[in-house]
Formats: sequence, structure tokens, C-alpha cells
Amino acid sequence: MFEIGLVHYLILAAVLFTIGIFGIFLNRKNVIIILMSIELMLLAVNINFVAFSSFLNDLSGQVFTMFILTVAAAEAAIGLAILVSFFRNKGSIAVEDISALKG
Amino acid sequence: MDGFSWIVLSPIKQEIFLSLVGMLLLLVGAFRGKTSVGFIVTAVVVAACGAIAGILSGDWTPIDTLSGMLIVDGFSEWMKVLILSGIVVSLLLSVSWLRENNLLKFEYPILVLFSGVGMLFMVSANNLLSLYVSLELSSLCLYVLAAINRDHLLSSEAGLKYFILGALSSGLLLFGISLVYGYSGTLSYVGISSFLETAESMPYGIMVGMIFMLAGLAFKISAVPFHMWTPDVYHGAPTPVTALFAIVPKVAAFGLIIRLLVGPFAMLAQESAQIIMVISVGSMLVGAFAGLVQNNIKRLLAYSSIANMGYAMLGLLPNVPEGIAGTIIYLTIYMVMVAGVFGILMSLKRNGQSIETISDFAGLSKTSPFMAYAMTALLFSMSGIPPMAGFFGKFFVFQAAIAGGYMVVAVIGVLTSVVAAYYYLRLIKVMFFDESAGNVDENTSLSRHFVTVGALVFVLIFTLLPNHLLQRAIEAATSLFS
Repeated sequence: MFEIGLVHYLILAAVLFTIGIFGIFLNRKNVIIILMSIELMLLAVNINFVAFSSFLNDLSGQVFTMFILTVAAAEAAIGLAILVSFFRNKGSIAVEDISALKG
Repeated sequence: MDGFSWIVLSPIKQEIFLSLVGMLLLLVGAFRGKTSVGFIVTAVVVAACGAIAGILSGDWTPIDTLSGMLIVDGFSEWMKVLILSGIVVSLLLSVSWLRENNLLKFEYPILVLFSGVGMLFMVSANNLLSLYVSLELSSLCLYVLAAINRDHLLSSEAGLKYFILGALSSGLLLFGISLVYGYSGTLSYVGISSFLETAESMPYGIMVGMIFMLAGLAFKISAVPFHMWTPDVYHGAPTPVTALFAIVPKVAAFGLIIRLLVGPFAMLAQESAQIIMVISVGSMLVGAFAGLVQNNIKRLLAYSSIANMGYAMLGLLPNVPEGIAGTIIYLTIYMVMVAGVFGILMSLKRNGQSIETISDFAGLSKTSPFMAYAMTALLFSMSGIPPMAGFFGKFFVFQAAIAGGYMVVAVIGVLTSVVAAYYYLRLIKVMFFDESAGNVDENTSLSRHFVTVGALVFVLIFTLLPNHLLQRAIEAATSLFS
């Protein structure tokens, strides 16, 4: 019988985290996708925390997950607010248009 | 309040006081609107000065509180004094500039105050959870501050870039924290260090976790793998916000890194020194060489801050109190110099526009000689020329690195500081020897002048009276190791 153990969760989290990072750097289209990638990274970390927490029989990892979820919500709100103000100035949220600052 | 909660909460009474003041002022601002801005700024400055007085008059014996979440000791108290002074100074610098440019919203001082509270918690964090929450409290406020000029494309672009890279770096930091937690089984600094002391073999997970954490934290001090936001954000954000970014958050992030390296990761000193070496050498090289081709003064200051963070990291290499004292002195002197430079930068206007490029400084020595000479003294200090304070900052960190046996890194540091001296001296040359293209107007407000003159006096007389500052820095650093 195939058992799902700690290692499987860790691999899943690492894969999701990597997808999140690549989503930020390889995406050339839309800033919203970057926000989704950031969310994906944070959720991958949450999987890590919950898996470790259950493996170690220690609740503090799950408490940490709650804090990450809360902070991620605040972060997404601020990110979207900044994005809205950028859109009002530029009229576009394409990644290639974020290019006024260079040098 | 009963006796028990007083014992628990009294070590962090300054932070609680400042948070309550912030929330109260938010209500005042919400009900009274634009008319209350002057009152709110004054209240924030007074409250921060009160908190400084409270810390300086308080007891600095080490005590941990909230079940070991936070620790209050000589190190954290001294860093808090630095952070709060930086907050006060950056508000004094910025108010009249913001008013002239129609940016003085009542949220500005309150956001500065809340990010300051986050930084106060950062330097006393004694648990990975309080580390993360305090770091985010300060970062979230700083994201908004970078984009505070919301009708301006550059400012909102700066905010967006800062936010995206900041969120990426906190993702890396969190991934590192999760690995450290998983392999050591605890979130508390004390627990991690005692686990590492008793472990027979070093778990790889903790090492990888530490690397991720240091990479994430390198963002906050704009050190090399994550320095690319710095020039863009310094350039795009309104100048007072840039001044705030240059003066305060780096001190707090350094406090956090120092406590991590000395506390939980003390057993990994060998490995962490290698990482710090790479970060430090990379920052010095990028800061020195990329700064050479800059024409915008704020971008130049951004690269200068990258290089300076590299120098400050030299003191962390040997992981001994003398080195950390060197880093604290370096950061203190750097804060003062940058405050002075930004004070001058915000006081100067050409044809009604804020000075942006280096060529705008041409002929400054004729139109406003005081500003030109003050800027010259500060730039000499930043490039590390002896009688000025900046020389001593560099001297202490190089001395610490050499004493720890990191000769090669120290030599690279000296060489890059020679390279960086080029762009500081070029600015002096432009001010004194180039033909002026038009008039530069001097536009000082009393509070900004006060900060500029204060920074100038500090830079000039530090060499005569260094003992008090040295003493405080050494006491703060030794309290970490007791």
C-alpha cells in the first residue's frame, strides 16, 4: 500500500513554490498573474508548515499558517490598491509597460 | 491593569504607546480630514521623542516577554533609539517638502509611525513568528509610502516594483522559516539554538532554510541578490519617502539579521559567514561600479546605499561583539550622513523644480555656498576621508573584518570604496567647477535646516567626541552575547 508521507508534502510544496517563482520571472503579460504567483508561493509555504506541524505534533506551525493567511490577505489588498493607482496613471497593467524607471 | 499583565507588557510599553497613538491619530485624521495634518505630524514627532526618552531612561537589563516572543535587552533598546530618531529626523526633513508639493496627507505620518512600530518589534523579535509579523507590519506600510504620490506615474511604478519584489522576498523568507521550523521542531530562537547545540549532525534542512532566510532579508537591506529594486524605488518614490527608506528600515533589518546570526544560527557561524561574504562583496562591487554611470542623484544615492550595506555587513563576518559594535557604529554614522544629504537635496530647487540630475548641481558653490560646503563635507564623509565621521565607520568594520581573518574581503572593500569615491568627488567637482546653467534656489524650512546642520556638525566633530557612541555600541553588542 502506498503511503503519503512528509516527503511527498515537502516535494509538493517545493514544486508549487518553484512554479510561483517562475510565474513571477517568466510571465511577460499581466501583473495580476504576478499577484497570483505570489499567492501560490505563500500557499506552498503553508503546505510546508502544516505538514511539518502534523509530523512534529506541534501546533505552532498551524498557528503560523493562520498568520500567513492573514498577512497574505492584507498584502494582496495593498498590492491591488497600488496596481489600481498604477493603472490610472498608465492605462495598462502589462508587465512590459512597467518600464518608466530604468538605468 | 493587574500585576501579571503589567509584568508581561511593561518591557514593550513604548511600542504599545506608539501603536495606541497611531490608532488614535488615525481616528483624528478620519474625522477632521486635511485640517488636522499639522497636528498629526506634531503628535507623531512628540510621541516618538517621548518613546526615545522612555527608552533612554528605562532599565536595559535583558528580559523576554510574551512567552519568549520578544526580547528586550541592551541591543534592542539601542537599536530602538536609532530607529525612532531616524523616524523623527525623516519626518522633520519631509514635512515642508510634502506641503510644497501638495503631498502632505494625514496618512503619511501615521504610516511612518506604524512602519516604525513594526521596526521596533523587528529588533526585539525572539521568535520566527514575531520576526515575520513585525517585518510585514513595517513592509506593508513602506509599500504604501512608496506609492503615496498616486497621481504620479513614477511613484506608483516604484510602489508596484517595491511591492512585487518585497512579496517575493517575504516568500523566500517564509520558505526558509518553514524549513528551519520543520527540521528543528520549534519557532523560538532559544529552542533553535539549543537544538543546534545538541544535534549530532547538522540537518541540511536548517542550512537551506538559513540560506533562504538570509536571501529574503537581503532584500530589506538592499544587499546584492535583491538590490535591483533600490535604484528604481529611490528614483520613483517622492524624495521624503526615499529619505525615509535610506535612513530607517535598513537599521531595523540589520538588527533583525544580527540577532538571527548571533542567536539561533550561532552554531552555523562558519556557513553564515560564507553567505554574508558573498552578499557583502557583491553589494560593494555593484554599488561602486553601477554608481559610476548614474546621472540621477537619487539613483546615485541608491547605489551608494547598496555599497554601504556591503561595508556594514563586513562587521558581521567574525560574529564577535567588536565586529557587531563596528556594524552598529557604521549604521549610525551612515544614517546621519544620509539624513544630511537628503536635507540638502530637498532644500534645493532649480527653476521651481526639485533637483534631479547631477548636472543640476552645477555652480552651486556660487549661488548657495553654505549648501555646497555642507554637501562637500557630507560627501567627503561618505567616501571615507579621514577627519570626517564616515572614515571611522569604515575603519571599525574593516578592522573587525581583518581581526576575524577576512583579509581578502577587507581589501576588496577598500578598493571598492576608492572606486565609489569617484562618484562622490565628481559631484563635488560639478558643484564647484562647472558653469551653472541657471539659478538654483535655496529653499530651507527651519526643521530641515536643523537636521542638515545637525548632521553636518555630527560629521565634523565625531572625531573629537566619539567615546559616548562607541561605548553605547559596544554595550549593545556585548549584551547580545551574554
